[in-house]
Amino acid sequence: MNYETVIGLEVHVELKTEAKVFCGCAARFGSEPNTHVCPGCLGMPGALPVLNKKAVELCIKAGLALQCRIAPFSRFDRKQYFYPDLPQAYQITQDDLPLCTGGKLKIVNPGGEERIIRINRIHLEEEAGRTYHSGIGATGYSLLDFNRSGLALIEIVTEPDLRSPAEARIFLEKLQEILRYVEVSDCKMEEGSFRCDANISVHPAGSQEFGRRMELKNLNSFKAIQAALAYEENRLGSLLAAGTPPVQEESRGWDETRGMTFFMRPKEKASDYRYFPDPDLPPLVIAEEWVEKIREDLPELPEEKKNRYMKEYGLSAQDADLLGGSRETAEFFEATLRLYPGEAKTVANWVMGEFARLLNLEKLTPAQSKLKPEALAAMLQMIDAGEISGKIAKTVFEEMFYSGKSPREIVEEKGLVQISDESQLAALVRGILAKHPGPVADYRAGKTKALGFLVGQVMKETKGKANPGLVNKLLREELEK
Amino acid sequence: MELSTLSLKEIGDALRKKTVSAREITGVFLERINRFNPELNAFVTVAEEEALAAADEADHRLARGERVTPLTGIPVAVADTICTKGLKTTCASRMLANFIPPYDATVVSRLKEAGAVIIAKTNSDEFGAGTTTGYSAFGPVRNPWDKNREPGGDGGAAAVAAGLAPLAVSFDTGGSLRRAAAFCGVAGLKPAYGSVSRYGLAALAPSLEQIGPLARRVDDLALLYQVLAGPDPLDATSLPADGPGRGGEELTGPAASGKGLRIGLPREYFTGDKLQAAVKERVLAAAGIITGEGGEQVDLTLPSTEYALAAHILLAAAEASSSLARYDGVRYGYRSPEAADIDLLYKKTRTEGFGSEAKRRILLGTLVLSAGSYNDYYLNAQKIRTLVIREFAEAFTKCHLILTPVTREVPGRAGEERSPLRQYQDECYTVGANLAGLSGLSVPCGLVDGLPVGVQLLAPAGREALLFQAARTLEAAVGEFSPPILRG
Amino acid sequence: MKLEKEKAKHLAELARLEVSEEEAAEFSHQLSEVLDYAGKVREAPVEGVEPTIHLLPLTNVFRDDEVKPFLTREEALVNAPRREEGFFRVPRILEEN
Ligand SMILES: [Mg+2]
Ligand SMILES: [Zn+2]
Repeated sequence: MNYETVIGLEVHVELKTEAKVFCGCAARFGSEPNTHVCPGCLGMPGALPVLNKKAVELCIKAGLALQCRIAPFSRFDRKQYFYPDLPQAYQITQDDLPLCTGGKLKIVNPGGEERIIRINRIHLEEEAGRTYHSGIGATGYSLLDFNRSGLALIEIVTEPDLRSPAEARIFLEKLQEILRYVEVSDCKMEEGSFRCDANISVHPAGSQEFGRRMELKNLNSFKAIQAALAYEENRLGSLLAAGTPPVQEESRGWDETRGMTFFMRPKEKASDYRYFPDPDLPPLVIAEEWVEKIREDLPELPEEKKNRYMKEYGLSAQDADLLGGSRETAEFFEATLRLYPGEAKTVANWVMGEFARLLNLEKLTPAQSKLKPEALAAMLQMIDAGEISGKIAKTVFEEMFYSGKSPREIVEEKGLVQISDESQLAALVRGILAKHPGPVADYRAGKTKALGFLVGQVMKETKGKANPGLVNKLLREELEK
Repeated sequence: MELSTLSLKEIGDALRKKTVSAREITGVFLERINRFNPELNAFVTVAEEEALAAADEADHRLARGERVTPLTGIPVAVADTICTKGLKTTCASRMLANFIPPYDATVVSRLKEAGAVIIAKTNSDEFGAGTTTGYSAFGPVRNPWDKNREPGGDGGAAAVAAGLAPLAVSFDTGGSLRRAAAFCGVAGLKPAYGSVSRYGLAALAPSLEQIGPLARRVDDLALLYQVLAGPDPLDATSLPADGPGRGGEELTGPAASGKGLRIGLPREYFTGDKLQAAVKERVLAAAGIITGEGGEQVDLTLPSTEYALAAHILLAAAEASSSLARYDGVRYGYRSPEAADIDLLYKKTRTEGFGSEAKRRILLGTLVLSAGSYNDYYLNAQKIRTLVIREFAEAFTKCHLILTPVTREVPGRAGEERSPLRQYQDECYTVGANLAGLSGLSVPCGLVDGLPVGVQLLAPAGREALLFQAARTLEAAVGEFSPPILRG
Repeated sequence: MKLEKEKAKHLAELARLEVSEEEAAEFSHQLSEVLDYAGKVREAPVEGVEPTIHLLPLTNVFRDDEVKPFLTREEALVNAPRREEGFFRVPRILEEN
């Protein structure tokens, strides 16, 4: 029998704010424990939350980037449960009136098929502290750091629209790309600023009813997400095939080393969170003008950018995707293109080729690199003017990348200017021909391949600085005299 | 000169004329505290050293001719539910018996800026949950008028009545501050919601409570209120400076007449058979004073009064269950020594750290908010709140102020066993102001069986000037009001 | 409304309180009495009435996205019942993670 898989995701994303969402503590990763804390994010008596405006704007921004409706009226609720990293024993979150609802994100699945994944909601909430477990068994204990407590967090909940683990992964990668693009979050999975829980169920193909839902928790890499979902998809399929479908909904963890999911607890045990509106926080009224202002600040999204690159610059879908996928790369590409009047494809090749290679090698982003669009544009113009060869350009480019110098400075310093002086080159060519009578005779006998050898000799003599086009032309003229 | 009975203005004049120093004033009150507090138990902590240092600072200011305020050099007792930086703040709970906040509540910062001397932290029911102080982890407060009587749910009033401090700052979630004022024969104000910052007040029911002043004289009450009130960027529910509800008028002045003042008497507040006849008589006499001074009486009806107390009980418990959840032994406060894992740590800590009324409210509030009861209890209570607000708003189109009893009876016997429901019902006349966010002022209106009785004046936010005017009118007519402990 | 003893115990569990059999009986008795009275909120004429979630007509009360250092680490930890190297320390956490 065939089975169908249904997957829905809950993604938690830390917002790119300077301060926490309800207090003025720094929102910084990797500091000494308990150095960015205050009575508020430590849950001390009498402390009160005051909402960070930027966090609201970033949540709305995320909503707009994912084509959500922005609620005209919204508020905060308390979600109550006990856990040592939750200092007030309630999380301030949004229950029935989230800021954003009903969005969508388009992906292309591994089969090349376009899929629309609906977003159920995006709401704003506060992050919990961090727990570190120490020791084992009865001597075990835990240490708590509240630097993370109170960071601004959004939770993005999809509809159960994903049909395979691979789709889930593609969706998450796309989501990460967009959220980075609109500068809502750094989305660093390794730092926990982009985290995902997944719900999965499997049912016989054609059945109207979904299977029992399993919730997979603490998946901390794209690889883990896909692997855990694939494992679970298989496990549930086998259970169905054996005629023993799961009897209850479960929360399950992922054991990275063994490559298996494991039972944590039944879902019914999910506690009664006793949500109620937080009396300390007045509600939000989101005026249309405010939303429009945020929308105006929104950059062109990757999807729009890709289409424009294909149409305007005639780039291939693949190239357009690569260039448009990262905001900094796209900005670098477009800035160079504004300064360089030549082919977009030429710029694209340099950005996706040499530039990407060096950035990758040095683990830098385009904005962090010393190389500026002005320098690349100037270098491309020098190639076009015949001042340097394509080969020399690679050397120049690398030097520009590391030193930040202009191409002209480098070319002059290193004496890399191309020799395009016809009389100077003609003398050289005559000398080479005199030195290599063999190949000359070969060429004249019709073995035109010998030309390559002779060009190589001239280049060698000039340490690559001879204008190759000119050398070719002069050689031919001499040989065919 | 008996300093402990002077008005703020009199003490201020003496300070400016240098006939007395701030240090001497604080010394006089510290002496009275040493003498009388052991029997009254009005304080959890006496901040002798800090108070003398603050008094010296006030003396320096005076000596240098720097800016002074009506509160410069004046001792103030602050409820122990209000955080004081570096000074133990227990909330009258075992849970926080050793808690020293690293921050000041906004009202404490404002008092310090005004040059006031924080002399002691007052006792109350644990986290303010109760009506008699019988639920304090540090023992009940005694009524200075009769040590065998309960003092209302707050030690600040007892402290002021007994002359242990000229002023006190406390808080009111359902009426504890006003009841304590009435039972101890002093003036007390539960300010309109949002007028005084709640930052640093250990929350019990955040949508209902406000910090407010206690004083023996109405003018002093107004002076203290003006220091406490004001916008606060740390409290998102504090009224903005120029917003509606911030009156900004002069609140002190001569004992004005009742001329032109329309006083509403809601029928529902005078008809219950539990209202002691002698108390009712005193309260009606107070209304008579105002009409006698040229005011006018208006009959009112507030039909939702029947449901208001029920709604208050449920909402106060719901919010308390949430507010008190943070006390878990993890980051500060009491931690049970014998917990092997985190779950036991929570349970043992909370079981050992909280007293019975706190637990009762936590259980009730947990029920109110749980999925099966939320609509029935929580939402209906909030809807009743809407009715209560509407009815008060409607009433205030017919009158300037509403006048009611504060309590049904004179103070009960200390330690008297009453069911929790009976205790909640003690607040039947005061909860309306908390539900609707009104200003509620309690001012003495006479004695019954040698025990003080208060009258409650209610006003919407922004009408504080009339509220204080009416209170001064009553004060002038009722006359000298102090217990034997202060006179003798 | 009667609040059963078992229900009182369940509520205590949710609120992380331990109650003995006797206490559970006492709480259930007292709270039953309170609920008998407070249960009248269900009979109030509130049809079509909106709940009052917030008392004041305030909306959009914000702080700017500015860092305001508040406590030193020592101040943060000074009241900790148990600490270790700049962390708050608690006994082991049994469930999950
Ligand atoms: Mg969440
Ligand atoms: Zn903080």
